[in-house]
Parts: sequence; C-alpha cells; structure tokens
Amino acid sequence: MVENRPFLDFMTHLVLITGVIVVAFPVYVAFIASTHEPDAFVRGVMPLLPGDNLIESYSTMLKSGLDIGGTPPVWLMLGNSLVMALIVAFGKIFISILSAFAIVYFRFPFRILAFWIIFITLMLPVEVRIIPTYEVVANLGMLNSYAGLTLPLIASATATFLFRQFFMTVPDELMEASRMDGAGPMKFFRDILIPVSVTNISALFVIMFIYGWVQYLWPLLVTTEEGFYTIVMGIKRLMATADREPAWNLIMATVTLAMLPPVLVVLFMQRLFVKGLTETEK
Amino acid sequence: MASITLEGLKKTYSGDVHAVQGIDLTIQDGELVVLVGPSGCGKSTLLRMVAGLETITQGTLKIGHQVVNTLEPAERDIAMVFQNYALYPHMTVYNNLAYGLKNRGFKKEEIKKRVHNAAKILEIDDFLERKPRRLSGGQRQRVAMGRALVRDPKVFLFDEPLSNLDAKLRVQMRVEIKKLQRRLKTTSLYVTHDQLEAMTLGDRLVVLNAGKIEQVGTPMEIYSRPATMFVAGFIGSPAMNMVPLKYIQDIDNKNLSLNLPAPTDTLGIRPDAICLSPPESPHLTIEATLELFEAAGSESHLYIRLANSEQPAVIRTNGQPPQHEGEMLRVYVAHEALHPFDSRTGKRTD
Amino acid sequence: MQTKRSTYQNRWLPYLLLAPQLIITLVFFIWPASQAVKSSVERTDPFGFKTTFIGLENYAQILADITYLNALGRTAVFSVSVTLLSMGIALLLAVCVNRVLRTSKFYTTLLVWPYAVAPVVAGVLWWFLFNPTIGLIPHLLDWFNINWNHRVSGTQAMILITIAAAWKQVSYNFLFFLAGLQSIPQPLIEAAAIDGAKPFKRFWSIVFPLLSPTTFFLIIININYVMFDTFGVIDATTKGGPNQATMTLVYKIYNDGVVGLNIGSSSAQSVMLMGIVLLLTFIQFRFVERRVNY
Repeated sequence: MVENRPFLDFMTHLVLITGVIVVAFPVYVAFIASTHEPDAFVRGVMPLLPGDNLIESYSTMLKSGLDIGGTPPVWLMLGNSLVMALIVAFGKIFISILSAFAIVYFRFPFRILAFWIIFITLMLPVEVRIIPTYEVVANLGMLNSYAGLTLPLIASATATFLFRQFFMTVPDELMEASRMDGAGPMKFFRDILIPVSVTNISALFVIMFIYGWVQYLWPLLVTTEEGFYTIVMGIKRLMATADREPAWNLIMATVTLAMLPPVLVVLFMQRLFVKGLTETEK
Repeated sequence: MASITLEGLKKTYSGDVHAVQGIDLTIQDGELVVLVGPSGCGKSTLLRMVAGLETITQGTLKIGHQVVNTLEPAERDIAMVFQNYALYPHMTVYNNLAYGLKNRGFKKEEIKKRVHNAAKILEIDDFLERKPRRLSGGQRQRVAMGRALVRDPKVFLFDEPLSNLDAKLRVQMRVEIKKLQRRLKTTSLYVTHDQLEAMTLGDRLVVLNAGKIEQVGTPMEIYSRPATMFVAGFIGSPAMNMVPLKYIQDIDNKNLSLNLPAPTDTLGIRPDAICLSPPESPHLTIEATLELFEAAGSESHLYIRLANSEQPAVIRTNGQPPQHEGEMLRVYVAHEALHPFDSRTGKRTD
Repeated sequence: MQTKRSTYQNRWLPYLLLAPQLIITLVFFIWPASQAVKSSVERTDPFGFKTTFIGLENYAQILADITYLNALGRTAVFSVSVTLLSMGIALLLAVCVNRVLRTSKFYTTLLVWPYAVAPVVAGVLWWFLFNPTIGLIPHLLDWFNINWNHRVSGTQAMILITIAAAWKQVSYNFLFFLAGLQSIPQPLIEAAAIDGAKPFKRFWSIVFPLLSPTTFFLIIININYVMFDTFGVIDATTKGGPNQATMTLVYKIYNDGVVGLNIGSSSAQSVMLMGIVLLLTFIQFRFVERRVNY
C-alpha cells in the first residue's frame, strides 16, 4: 500500500483472521461433532473439542450407512456423486465446446437461432421446471439412472459462451495456417483448438465438477432407489431421523465427507478455480 | 513453379462493400511481386483471395494453367507467412514445420529431411525442440518462413510478415527474404503497407488504392514516373510535393514557358529534386521562406513555404542551407524533374 | 454476431456439432418449459382423467392468494438481506486481502473454499449451530436473555436461513471484489494519496466508485443465487416453516407441486418465476453487454 500505517495493518489482519475463523467455524463444529459418541449430544451444549469416536463414526457411515435413515453406505453415495459430477462436468464441456466451435468457425443458416436456443437455458434453471422435466425424464424411463441424474443438467449456455468468447480471441491466422497445412475443420479442432484451450477447459471443469457435486433438488426427485443416492441428497434422508434419534456424530461425519471432495478440488486447484469462476461469470 | 493470373477479380462484402474492384494482373513464374498500398486498400483481401481464405465474388484466378477459384487453400499448392506468424503455440518448432507435411501424408523420413533442410537454410536448427513462446520475434519469423519453405510450394504468399519486428530486424529480414527468394525462385506475392519495403523487395510493385490498381511496374519505373498523384504521394519518403500550377512563379521567367500537356494543373516535385543551387539544365527558380530545418545525419530536410502563396514544400538535401529559419531563400527545380498531373482525374498528363 | 474472418464451408458439420447441445436443450429445457406454460392454463381433476382449459384462472388464483404474495415479499426480503450481508462482508474481506500483499494468497485460500459447499450442507451446518437444544449459538444468546427457537419464531427462522445462505455466498463475492480491486490501477490510488486523501476517504471516493461494475454484476448474481440455489438451505433447515415464514417462491413451487401435487398452480408459479428470471437475465446482459460484447 501507499504508506505505512501499523495500526491499520494490525486491524486488517484482525479482520481477516476473524473472517477466516467465522467462515471455518461451522465446519469445525461439524467435524468435532463427528468425533464424538452419540451420547455427547443428549444434553447441554455441543462439544467444541475433539472426542475419541472419529474412526468409529466414519467407518460406520462409510461401510454400512444408517439403517433407520434408509441410507446406503456413504462410500456408495460418494461414488454416485463422483460419477454424477464427472458426467455433468465432462458432458457440459463436451457439448458446449462443440457448439461454440460450430457457432464461431462456421457460417450456416439458423446460426443465430441456435445461439438463442442455447441462450434460453440461462433462464430456465432446474428449479423452475421441476415437474415437467421430471415427467420427461420419467417418460423416457430414466428415473433412477445416471442418465436421468445428469442429462437434464448438462446443457450449458454459460460454458458455450465462455468457449465462444475464448475462441474469438484465438488468432484467426491459426485456423488459416492450419487450412494451408491441409487440416480440415475436425483436424483443426483436435490438433490445434483443443490443445490451445486446455487451460480454459480445466478451469471450467473445476467449476462444473463442483456444480455437479452440490446438486440437491434434482437428485432428490429422480432417485428413489438407494443405489443411486448422491451424498448431498443422502444427507436429507439422514436428517429425517435427526428429530427422533440425534445421531449427530454420524450425520456430521456424512456432512464432512460430502464437503471434502469439492473443497479439496478448490483448495488444490485454486488457480484454475479462480480463473474458471471469474471467467464464466455464472 | 508457376505463374499466377488474376482476371477481373472482385470481392464484395455483404452486398455493397467493394473491397476489391476488378483486378487484372499476371505474376510471372519466379517473380516477386509486392502489393503495396495504405490500410484498407484491399491488398490483404486480394492476397487472401489468392490464398483461398476469402471467396472470390467475381473473376478468375489461375495458378499455372489451373483455375483455382473454388479450391481449398490446401489444394492450391501455396504457402503463406502471416503477420503474427500464426505458429501453433503448443507444438515445438519441429512439429510446427512438420504439421503440414504430416497432414499431406509424407513419410516420416521425408518429413525429417525436409524440416532439417529448411531449418538449416533459416538457421533455426538449434531451436527445433523449443515451443514458439521461448523464441524471439526474429526467430518466430524464421519459423513462420520455415513452415512455408518445407512444403516446397508453387507459390509463396507473404502477408505483412515484417510488421511485427523492430526497425533493425525488419531491415535484416527484408534482405534475407529477398536472398531466399532469389535462391529458390519461387513465385511470390508479398503484401506490405511500407513503401520502402516494397521498393527494396519487389521485382515489380502493384500499387493499390481503394480496391483498384493504381500502377504496376518495377520500383524504379514507379518512382521515376508515377502514373497517378496517389502513387506519387505514396511512393517515396518524404512524400512528393504537390504544388498547384498557379502557385509556381519562376522569378527569372515571368511567363512560365514550360511545355506542359493540356489539362495539367498540378506539378509534382520530389523533395530531392529541389536544389539549393541552380542546375545546368533548364530550370525554375522559386522564392520561398525557410520555416524549419531538420538535420537527420546523412540527409537533411528543409520545410519551406513558397513566396506569395504560403504553399508548403519539403526539400531533401545533404547540405546545410546558408539561411536561418524565417529567412527567404531561392530554390531551383530542373524542368525534367517536374511531374505534371491533372488534379481532377489524379492522372499524369504526359 | 461475429464469426471468424474466414469460416469453414460445410453443409452438415455445424448442425452435427450443435446437435447434442440442441437436443438436450429441446428435450429437457424448452419442452418442459412449454409444458409448464401449457399446464398453467389447465386444470386436471384429482384422478388425472380429465384436463380442462381454464385460461388464466390459475394465475388469477395465485395472485389473489395471500400465501403467494407473502412468499413473493419474503423472497424479496430474503434476497436483499442475503445480498447485503454477504456482499458487505465479502467487500470488507477483499479490501483487507488487497491491503496485505505478502499474505494475500494465504488468506484467499482460507476464504474461498465455502464456494464448494453444497447449499444443503451449508444449511445443515448452521442448523446444527443454531439447534435450540444443544446448539452453541442459542446457548450464547441465552446469556443475553434471548430465547432462540427457529422452530417457533418466523423471524428467527428467517435469520437462520439468511446467515446460512450468506455464509456460502461470501466466497464468491469475495473473489469478484478482489479481482475488481486488483484491476484498479495503482497509480490512481497513489495520485489520491499524494492529493492527501486518507485511506478511508480514498476508499469511498475512488475505490468504491471504480468497483461499481463489479458491485452491480454481483447484485444480479446474488439475487439469482438467493432465488434458486437456496432451495437446499431452506429444505435442510426450516422447510419453509414455521407457519410458512420462510416459504420462498422456489420452495413454494416445490411444495405445491411435488409435495401438494397441485400441478396447475405450481406451473403457473413456475411460469411467473421464469418471467422474473427473464427480467434479471435481461438486466444482467444489458449490463454485461457493455463489457463483454456478445
């Protein structure tokens, strides 16, 4: 900064440390809860220091799940979430990069119309079309399937726009040079365009993976079989038991496990994550 | 090796933008022809039409004896060097050079031979394993040339290949391109907006303005006998002085006894044709005020205003004038150094 | 809309490339949305045998329905509170991180991760902290003689979902504010310092106005977030209760349609919500257009 102001510097750090603590505190409490035995929650205030039931809580949930809640083992739900997030992320990138390529590198009738059809999806988040979309998926026989979980989510105007924007900044001469070099459209796409888009693809992948992982309402509707539960919606089933029998340690173990993969992705791929987030601008 | 023939070539954008308006031109086998003109004159569009990157609205384009109007760029047996080089950023120099050959199904051995051969000619054989971003501007330029070279095409197309280089490198690369072209004798079409580059490089120059050819000729033909006022003003630096006839007063000879052809109303005078001492041949003697003196080392520029008319003019000389700024001086122009023009048509009149 | 300077000539390929996106869009977006419009003007009898066209009756009904109007108002209040709270905190943190040069990366890492937490998980975390019997926060509030029970008090329930929703959104706003701050040219700040402006004055007279594009963009994004993505937060904590005190528009669509099976009304609500999104998107693109040039 411009000048030296020790007091202001001190305040700055104080605010930041407070901020970090407030942001982290709920997660800390949840994790602590997961390390205790069920009877730690019967009366008084929730524990704030670690207990000794960590391994027990996590292995119970991972291996067998909660019978009363009707949830399958957590590892299965984690697996489903992973599959779902990966399909959503890959699917979105795949179909969006192809459409952006068509829109930028070709001139053809109905090009503008196609662009607007894609644009419309921005205005139709799954929350406003729940019931009719559910009916479509049901009619196609895709309830309780990975296809039903993911397909209605993978159309992406955002990703298409991002790639379109990026392709417009790729020098025209690159495509022209490749044409001189005897490469047709798909060869150019594969040999040149995809390699120069790698950073953008990965950044988008991080964002879309998280998007796929945190989905809640949609999996809640289309999966009735335990075998297809995702971890995020599985929490809801667990919660249903919370009023009867507060197995807080188990719920919080599940919550911790549900948070872990996407949070790790953000932490370890922070550069890509920030790039993806600030460039997609939702 | 082949000639290029353009017959009535036209390019029209979205109905009514006429970027190229009927170009007839033949480029001989082995010739280096430079298309030169200000930005927006259609020179790049014309080059890109030859390349196959722009469709041809009307006219015929032949390479050799083959009409290539509708052929894909890759099918025309041409290579192009782009202004920003257009190197594939994720490929090594070797792969940049080899990509076109791979796509054409050359054998590995042959590719290797050709790449190494081209790299040697261009002195980039030490960088073959580097990615373009680790190369200097000049080296990138060489790789771009190498990519054209390996293919051994019938025609080279250059789209302002030197404009991204600094002044010193530009001169150096200009010389190298000329040497290379002399050596390979590949028919070449070269686009630039820099008249000096055009003059020094081209076997012939094509001066373009507003989508039309103003003049075609060797550099010296164009310099010594510009066909239009536009060419006269564009070629040569500092630009030719254009003086309305009525402002010229020969103080030795009150009645201007020049034998000028009929519609002449403007005289073009090159800055170096205005002398500070009278030449032996018949000449004009003109009075003027010295406004500014500019010494540029090997030459100097005098900015003057003609007496009575305030008409500005530039003189290029290698001496220093005896006068100070603001004083009157006499200048002399040999009759044979005058270029007569008709300003209404812009054409030369003799 | 632009393409490249030169384009490929191919009759079928572009359509083939667009096909996956367009098919999915048509099947799962446009068709369902049009179905929603269709059933919003119909009534289906309870057994699903007969469907009759009733025009705008469903719309008239929900617009006359006090619970819908309440949900509309509540959504507005909820949106404004979450937006203000999360953007305020985010701006404060971003300004601080922008001040500390050496440790900025470290703090950023510690502040951005909640973005990856699912809204429903965010709900569960705060629901646990606010649990009336064992929660830490009700316990602390007890010292101030505040009796916390969001199962009874509508206001407290609203505060709970606001905090949970804002907590998750701080990271997103923080990143954009930080990017905005970092893009302000340093010489501008230095010039102001030379002109004698103190740090706080500098912030309000120079930095904040220059951030206004970011601020405006974030307001739209946040309203969008609160309207749709907070479904999980509400479902995990209050389920729209107590006594509909936290029933937002989206939650009501879900509640009336999926739980209550009143398809006509739910569809009409969906269509009205689409109108709101349309408006928001329009505003957003009118604004984004200037910078991004679509």
